[in-house]
Amino acid sequence: MMAVAAGAGLEVRNLTKHFAIGGGLLGPQAQIIRAVNDISFAVPRGTSLGLVGESGCGKSTVARAVLRLIEPDAGSVVFDGIDVRAASGSALRALRRRMQIVFQDPYSSLNPRRTIRQALEEPLWVHGRGSRKDIAEKAETAMAEVGLPKDAIDRYPHEFSGGQRQRIGIARALVLDPELIVADEPVSALDVSVQAQILNLMEGLRARRGLSFLFVSHDLGVVRHFCDRLCVMYLGRIVEQGVTADVLDRPMHPYTKLLRDSSPVPDPKARLVMTRIVGEVPSPANPPPGCTFHPRCPRASGPCFSELPQLVHRTADRLVACHWPEDWPIPA
Amino acid sequence: MAATATLVSPRPGTLWTAFASNRLFWVGLVLLAAIIIVAVFAPLIAPHDPLEQNIVVRLEPPSAEFLLGTDGYGRDVLSRLIFGARISLLVGFLAILVAMIIGATIGIVAGYVGGRFDQLVMGLLDVMLSFPTLLLGLMIAAMLGASLQNLIIAIAITEIAPFARVARAPTISLKQRDFVEAGRALGFGPVRIMGVHILPNMISDVIVMSSLWMASAIRTEASLSFIGLGVPPPTPTWGSMIREGFENILDGWWLAVFPSLAILVTVLALNLLGDALRDAIDPKLRGE
Amino acid sequence: MTSASAAALDIRNLRTEFKIGEGWYPAVRDLSLSLAPNETLAIVGESGSGKSVTALSILGLLPRAGARIGAGEVLFDGRDLAKLSEREMSMVRGNAIAMIFQEPMTSLNPTMTVGEQIAEAIVIHRDGSRKAAMAEALRLLKEVKIPSAESRIHDYPHQFSGGMRQRVMIAMALACRPKILLADEPTTALDVTIQAQVLLQLNELKQAYGMSVLFITHNLGVVAQIADRVAVMYAGEVVELADVDTLFARPTHPYTEALLRAMPRADQSSDSLDPIPGSVPALTAMPPGCAYAPRCPYRQVRCEEQRPELAPAKDASHLVRCPVRIAAEVSA
Repeated sequence: MMAVAAGAGLEVRNLTKHFAIGGGLLGPQAQIIRAVNDISFAVPRGTSLGLVGESGCGKSTVARAVLRLIEPDAGSVVFDGIDVRAASGSALRALRRRMQIVFQDPYSSLNPRRTIRQALEEPLWVHGRGSRKDIAEKAETAMAEVGLPKDAIDRYPHEFSGGQRQRIGIARALVLDPELIVADEPVSALDVSVQAQILNLMEGLRARRGLSFLFVSHDLGVVRHFCDRLCVMYLGRIVEQGVTADVLDRPMHPYTKLLRDSSPVPDPKARLVMTRIVGEVPSPANPPPGCTFHPRCPRASGPCFSELPQLVHRTADRLVACHWPEDWPIPA
Repeated sequence: MAATATLVSPRPGTLWTAFASNRLFWVGLVLLAAIIIVAVFAPLIAPHDPLEQNIVVRLEPPSAEFLLGTDGYGRDVLSRLIFGARISLLVGFLAILVAMIIGATIGIVAGYVGGRFDQLVMGLLDVMLSFPTLLLGLMIAAMLGASLQNLIIAIAITEIAPFARVARAPTISLKQRDFVEAGRALGFGPVRIMGVHILPNMISDVIVMSSLWMASAIRTEASLSFIGLGVPPPTPTWGSMIREGFENILDGWWLAVFPSLAILVTVLALNLLGDALRDAIDPKLRGE
Repeated sequence: MTSASAAALDIRNLRTEFKIGEGWYPAVRDLSLSLAPNETLAIVGESGSGKSVTALSILGLLPRAGARIGAGEVLFDGRDLAKLSEREMSMVRGNAIAMIFQEPMTSLNPTMTVGEQIAEAIVIHRDGSRKAAMAEALRLLKEVKIPSAESRIHDYPHQFSGGMRQRVMIAMALACRPKILLADEPTTALDVTIQAQVLLQLNELKQAYGMSVLFITHNLGVVAQIADRVAVMYAGEVVELADVDTLFARPTHPYTEALLRAMPRADQSSDSLDPIPGSVPALTAMPPGCAYAPRCPYRQVRCEEQRPELAPAKDASHLVRCPVRIAAEVSA
């Protein structure tokens, strides 16, 4: 039904973004927030990559930087061989058609003054995708594809529930037939039962349309279900990267282990037995020297205090940025 | 797996019910409507020609023939008052309209673009705002010369900065909303985003202020006319009528009192309307 | 008290109603729960289940206009809280029964220092000087492990991170040594590693202070971590009540089952999630029989006609509001 372009994947290399807070013409000295530092990953066609981490880790910034909703300071973003950072004007618009975003908050992702029809048709108009009739049909098809009744198309967002609005947001992202979807916590604001509906919807779309996903989330359960591969982020860096189930079952980075162990699981026999969970995430304006996790790390010693560990292959399929990764036996 | 077809119930209550329940809104509306009708139908309502001089009956107190008395040239005060309404309303409305269009545009663009541009624009606006309205109007009117057109321009200029301010704040918060980011992700240009996505979501804030500031514009007009920088004679304006009344206060109290009352009532009507609008818009319907 | 284990809090047939349009509609219907001393009872449900309304009803915190307790009793310390005047209630709140909320930023007064707020609670409910109250406040801050408590006691809420603020709120709640702590989604807004810390701490404090905790959440994982007993709520009713091991080992009510099947887990891979079709009925459109019947795969004709009662399943302490499933369990 749709042409599968070979190698139309996303490749991100050394992505960096810092924010200056304060300052300005007449302000005090600006503070630099090192939100994203030297991030590299790939999302091959038709796969899904999870970006997990807690607040301040930079995952949302990465998601937006990939789409140039925030302009990266350094690094490269290449989609289907095209340099996203260098594109401008109509080339950028053409790229925008192929890479779309779904947001977290269903109550803020739709313009309250526009009907659903207007919201779905607008991108088609802007990109000149056919006649009036074609566009109307496309919008209605998108509604059906996300499981919403067609007659709802002329209503306003406030007439829908959170889960339904999220579907509309997805429909809007689909209307231009994108190849990559960046999903920023798409189900975090939804109840469990609705969350499952939306996850299944996205799963179905992925299979039918061959979509790639960059899936940002803080929920390890959701990520395990949806993502083939996983990047764990901490204070603007990737600390571990690999196949999702492997990373979660056999974490190598102490932070991944902490994250995994802290995530509550619906099994009373698997209660948290952590005795010492120390500290909180430091401010991204003032990261600790050396490995940024060392103040909270039970394994910190020697080089951890002064040398930033590089993200390197520990096995064929796993990258870890740690001087002393957890010693888990990995089957060959 | 089809989703449910049932939708959440529609939003209860609307802007209108919020207004309709506010008694002061009705008072303001009725008053303003009356003034507008009077102004529009002035030639039909006014008993005498406002420009017709008749020295014989100069400075007559209110009587059956001249309900509000006559002025120093024997002209009927009531008729002049009625025609004066036209000037006041016209100037007030047009000045605010121009100020709103220009000011809101500046505010939205500054708010959306942000950064140094925004800081620069805000700096300029702050300079403008630091001038007392009347002084600013006076300077501009003096530079341009006294005429109806220049009066409107002068007053419009004084009101641009407030509109820009009022438009900028909601723009900045709307800019953060996901649906604006979605627009950018979908390839919409800044003009479309500002015009279609940001403007309709904040225009009510701006319109509410316009009603209140129209009162201010009318007062400025009266003040400028009082000084003599307004519409040149013999066109009757409330401000110049007060000025004449001021000069003849001992001979004819009615010359100063009635135009003052007219301004009072008009400004009151606009303020009541504006307050009611602001109360209705304010927080209830804000976060949907 | 003649019963062997006198309940700390005994809710009987509570009915809380909201005014919608012209009519009063129940958000909580015929709810009966008892909280034993020193136990953690979790109330779990999705939006619209009535779980938060239950907590607010206990403390008389419902909005003045448009909400009321229509029927039932809330028995505490020999009195019915539902019948108390506002003045009498205010002497119970923060004193014998304390509550902590989801958003610590909005529950803490931004214009008062943290120390002042905790001391305020002490001064209001107990006799003693301000000096003594501040000393106690310091002790409490240390107890909830706020680092550098001596200096931080003079800081304002905005100077604390989310996790720290939540601990401040816990300190405030504990100030008067309450018998019962109501916790309404206290960790939902926190990062998962911080959540783990706060939950562990709550448990320790509960033991130390000898409190009962009524913990409201939508997250079954959290429930498994901290609860002794669990009440599952749907559409304003308790549909299943059991101790935590039983609930997860043998979920009997179809809704509980469905929730567990819809929840993706961090520790297990799953091919598909089973979403729950449909949605919660609106308060104004509650079906005549079982509220869950329209979405239930086990429904029978009688389910739609007759409202089921809570009845014991295999053992007496496991109550389920579903005759169909009880029968299946018993015969299994």
